Amino acid sequence: MNLSQKLHRAALGGIAAALLATSASAETIRWGAPRDIVSLDPYSYGDSYTINFLNHIYEGLVRYNRDLQIEPALATSWEIVSPTTWRFTLRDGVKFHDGADFTAEDVLASLQRVSDDTSPLKGNLPAYKSATVVDEHTIDIELTGAYPLLLNDLTNIHIFDKGWLVANNAEKPTDVSAGIEGYATFNTNGTGPFILESRTPEAQTILTVNENWWDEAKHNLTRIEFQPISSAATRVAALLSGEVDFVDSAPVQDLPRLAAADNLEVLERTDLRTVMLGFNRRDELVAGGKNPMNDLRVRQAMQMSVDMELIQAKVMRGKSRNAGALVAPSIPGYSEALDTPAAYDPEQAKTLLAEAGYGDGFEFDFVCTNESYVNEEQFCQAIASMWSRIGLKPKLDIGPTAKQTPKRANGKADVYTLGWATLPVLDTYSLLVQVLHSKVGNSGVFNWGGWSYPELDKLTQSAAVELDQDTRLQMETDALKIAKDEIIMMPLHQQPMAWAVSKEFSDLPQFPDNKPRMWYVTK
Amino acid sequence: MLAFIIKRLANAVFVMLSVTFLAFVIFRFVGDPVDQMLNEQATQEQRDDLRERLGLDKPFLLQFTTFVGRAATGDFGISFRNQRDVLDMISERFPATFELVLVATFISLIVGVPMGVITAIKRQSWYAETMQFTSIIGISLPSFVVGIGLILVFSVWLGWFPAFGRGDTVDLGWWSTGLLSHSGRMSIVLPALSLSLFQITLVMRLVRAEMLEVLRSDFIKFARARGIPARSIHFRHALRNCLMPVVTMTAMQIGGLIAFALVTETVFQWPGMGLLFIQAVTFVDVPIMAAYLCIVALIFVVLNAIVDMTYAVIDPRLRGAEK
Amino acid sequence: MSDQTSGKAVPTRMERFWDSDLWWSFKSHKSAVGAAIVLLLVIITAFLAPVLSPQNPYDLAALELWNAELPPIWMEGGQMPFLLGTDVQGRDILSGILYGTRISIIIGIASVAVSLVVGIGLGLMAGYYGGWIDNVLMRIGDVLLSIPIVLVAILVSSVAQQFLPPAFREIGVAAVLVLAIAMYSWVQYARVVRAQTMVERRKEYVMASRLVGTPARRLMVKHILPNTLTPIFVAATLNFGLAILIEATLSFLGVGMPPNQPSLGTLIRVGNQYLFSGSWWIVLFPSIQLCILVVAVNMLGDWLRDALNPKLR
Repeated sequence: MNLSQKLHRAALGGIAAALLATSASAETIRWGAPRDIVSLDPYSYGDSYTINFLNHIYEGLVRYNRDLQIEPALATSWEIVSPTTWRFTLRDGVKFHDGADFTAEDVLASLQRVSDDTSPLKGNLPAYKSATVVDEHTIDIELTGAYPLLLNDLTNIHIFDKGWLVANNAEKPTDVSAGIEGYATFNTNGTGPFILESRTPEAQTILTVNENWWDEAKHNLTRIEFQPISSAATRVAALLSGEVDFVDSAPVQDLPRLAAADNLEVLERTDLRTVMLGFNRRDELVAGGKNPMNDLRVRQAMQMSVDMELIQAKVMRGKSRNAGALVAPSIPGYSEALDTPAAYDPEQAKTLLAEAGYGDGFEFDFVCTNESYVNEEQFCQAIASMWSRIGLKPKLDIGPTAKQTPKRANGKADVYTLGWATLPVLDTYSLLVQVLHSKVGNSGVFNWGGWSYPELDKLTQSAAVELDQDTRLQMETDALKIAKDEIIMMPLHQQPMAWAVSKEFSDLPQFPDNKPRMWYVTK
Repeated sequence: MLAFIIKRLANAVFVMLSVTFLAFVIFRFVGDPVDQMLNEQATQEQRDDLRERLGLDKPFLLQFTTFVGRAATGDFGISFRNQRDVLDMISERFPATFELVLVATFISLIVGVPMGVITAIKRQSWYAETMQFTSIIGISLPSFVVGIGLILVFSVWLGWFPAFGRGDTVDLGWWSTGLLSHSGRMSIVLPALSLSLFQITLVMRLVRAEMLEVLRSDFIKFARARGIPARSIHFRHALRNCLMPVVTMTAMQIGGLIAFALVTETVFQWPGMGLLFIQAVTFVDVPIMAAYLCIVALIFVVLNAIVDMTYAVIDPRLRGAEK
Repeated sequence: MSDQTSGKAVPTRMERFWDSDLWWSFKSHKSAVGAAIVLLLVIITAFLAPVLSPQNPYDLAALELWNAELPPIWMEGGQMPFLLGTDVQGRDILSGILYGTRISIIIGIASVAVSLVVGIGLGLMAGYYGGWIDNVLMRIGDVLLSIPIVLVAILVSSVAQQFLPPAFREIGVAAVLVLAIAMYSWVQYARVVRAQTMVERRKEYVMASRLVGTPARRLMVKHILPNTLTPIFVAATLNFGLAILIEATLSFLGVGMPPNQPSLGTLIRVGNQYLFSGSWWIVLFPSIQLCILVVAVNMLGDWLRDALNPKLR
């Protein structure tokens, strides 16, 4: 689009929107978010914060209920016709925001869209092969093989209206590389409890209630004003001065102050996300020279020398849960027997280092981001300081995620942070296949250290096709045990999540997936 | 005259070309757009494919000429992060920044000019000395420290003004203004104040210097001798004569203020171009960084060229004195 | 102005000039004296930081998390030796300020030095050779001056930091900041020196030596530099203050010094996150120090400009 077209469009839009003043009404919730959503198209960017927010507008075939159990949403029931074919019966009488009826064709178009070759979310539906419309409210989904986690995947696959996609030439996901802007990037048409009113990126996104929602509304909100306030201090100030009603990811250090305010309520719990450290396991360190971290004793020493209790008390303000296992307790595959945090023993750590031949320590790159995880900048510094005390020489490199991720993903980090919540499938399998598996094909994408444990790989592959739940979970637990014994990744903690909300609002459910669901909120 | 204008314009075009080159170098060599645009799960094949489709495998010079050609028509490409047209994003946020700068400039004139006059005519008085002293502090205080202080005192403690954002805006077609709503006007007070602090000092010092010069001139001495009241001399005759440089400087400073607003915008989370730029720097959203650089430089260059040319029209002596 | 000084005193007698007029003016300006004393104090304590501070805030092994967020000594819970309290890593605030000030001052001085050397060098070249060299250099200067300094500094610093190899990261970041700031201010010096060089080039002795065939470059430098010293000196002082401010701003915006080697700006950025949690001392004291430092420098620069400007005397 060139400049004159732009001006033309702006002028036309202006006449329609002239003097449309916005104002707050009675049942408005003003949401101060740590960051903006990146697009209105859930399929245009693999970003879970965006997908979570868009769940107010779009819905999937199934959804998680208050207990994080899967329940029917746009599909009312399903059956496994053959190991590789699932049949879904769709809800009758559902209408999109523009009034169009919801049918099996819409599901087909959405599945095709998300699994398109150019779709960045293709990996979120890995087992999908094809789908066939049986009748107006029945659809068969064909898989590439037996796959137990299809429903989990489908919770995050939002359903579009086919007619709307076709009319607006948006059947394919927005292809950034082609230099075109997708219609769905700026416009929405879902079935969800809220309808998009307007959006200014990085400034404000406004939703209004969908009066014709198929489900019985548990909320009484009429309007959601979503505004990103990236500075944590400003976010807190805005909440304290009553300029916003709700804040997700309130800084843990400000919780006492927020809780003490008369008009605010603080909601906190531990997240599903386990924060861990990964080690470079290639032959050489990033700066060159033999890599000591291939020696198990060195990794043990690095684990023992970190006093997680102190970090929990001081940096995390007692809000985190120190972890011994790589997944949180509520994730299938978790085993309590594995969840024993390593004891803090700096003397033993020094002995181990000396045994391994590194009594004088060694230099290595420690790559952290400054905003990916709760108080990451602080706990990374604390860990680096603890390592320094047993003679190691960590070179701390802290920066924004966008700058650090290429380093980590390209093996330019000796030690790095990683948080894994196993979303959206909520199963240990996600950690095994994406993080711990050797880097082959589509597996081990987040295996940034370059390790390979054939036994773990085998267990992971077997778990992928095992339909018996108990056998599958046992395989996953066994794999986790290998990871723990070998310290493939060093678990730190399940990080805290904290929201603060004005007392005018109630019933805001806080699940450990850290996803605000405004469709439960009343004022 | 015409020669001067042509020369001045050629100079402006040269500057813009160089800035575009700088923007292109940043665009081309900072970060890997492919890493930014693709999901982390993408395979090497997908990466190579995208690189080819983006034209990143073409020769350098060809890429640059394409870039300049597109930039000239306002096409800076698509934001890596937001996947939106970059110029659209920047122009959407231009009104916020421009209003902030405008209000800050207004404050700086309203406060700075009288202060300058007073410090000039009452040179030895204690309050003039105090003002002169305070002005150094004004020029020295880091604007982010001032911003944090203002938020702490006026929003959190006293609760008089909002701590962030623009309040409600009114859409006037292609321009969205915060000045027509109550919350919008309240929201602009603190950021504009913090942005204007430096500017107030500049205006005050300039007015003072100019006033001192004018007051020494013959026509003021003559006016005094004629018995015209001091107040009238100072404000009607002397001040009028030193307004020209003040207006010039204010015009030239607007470009600088637009750029400097990015600090204020960060502190107050003001949804303007500067905040967009800072966020782009954090997310390595290179198309936005490159476009912002070009646009701010353009504003800067155009303002300077206009000021220079206006001066040349008003005062022909300057035409030869450019070098 | 230029001819006055060269006529009045031989360059080697510059000291006498300093002693007479300038010293007298200095003594009579209370604010200048005060600023000088404060500045001296700040600089001395900053450079004695390793001796004065109870802790090396850059030594990771010296930080003890148990001591995190202790309030200043006069408040309940304050502990020796942490006079001004500690931050969230257990870093002593006073030590952090002293070391941070040292970094800020070093970056300020270094960037002024770099821009002086580059500016004077290029100015001499442009003025002496003229022609296309002059044209190219001055156009580059125009381009730089037509982009606002904060923008240049942010871009240069964030871009260059990406290309730093890990081994050089620690000193590299400071070096990048110095360059980012110096990139802009050399133009000012270059313009002054260039103008003076052009005047000098037309003088008889230069013409004469040209005719003989021996270049008069060295002789010229001897004549040019003293004549440009005054405006350059004033500009350098003011630029020093500006450099400190810009470094602090960049660090505050997160593209400057990293949190494990904090400058004053970094301390303020980190402390700002604890503004509402009750630990106000983390942000307050570094802010005060930064303000004091810049105000003192600017006050001296301001006085210097007035004192050295014959028009105002």
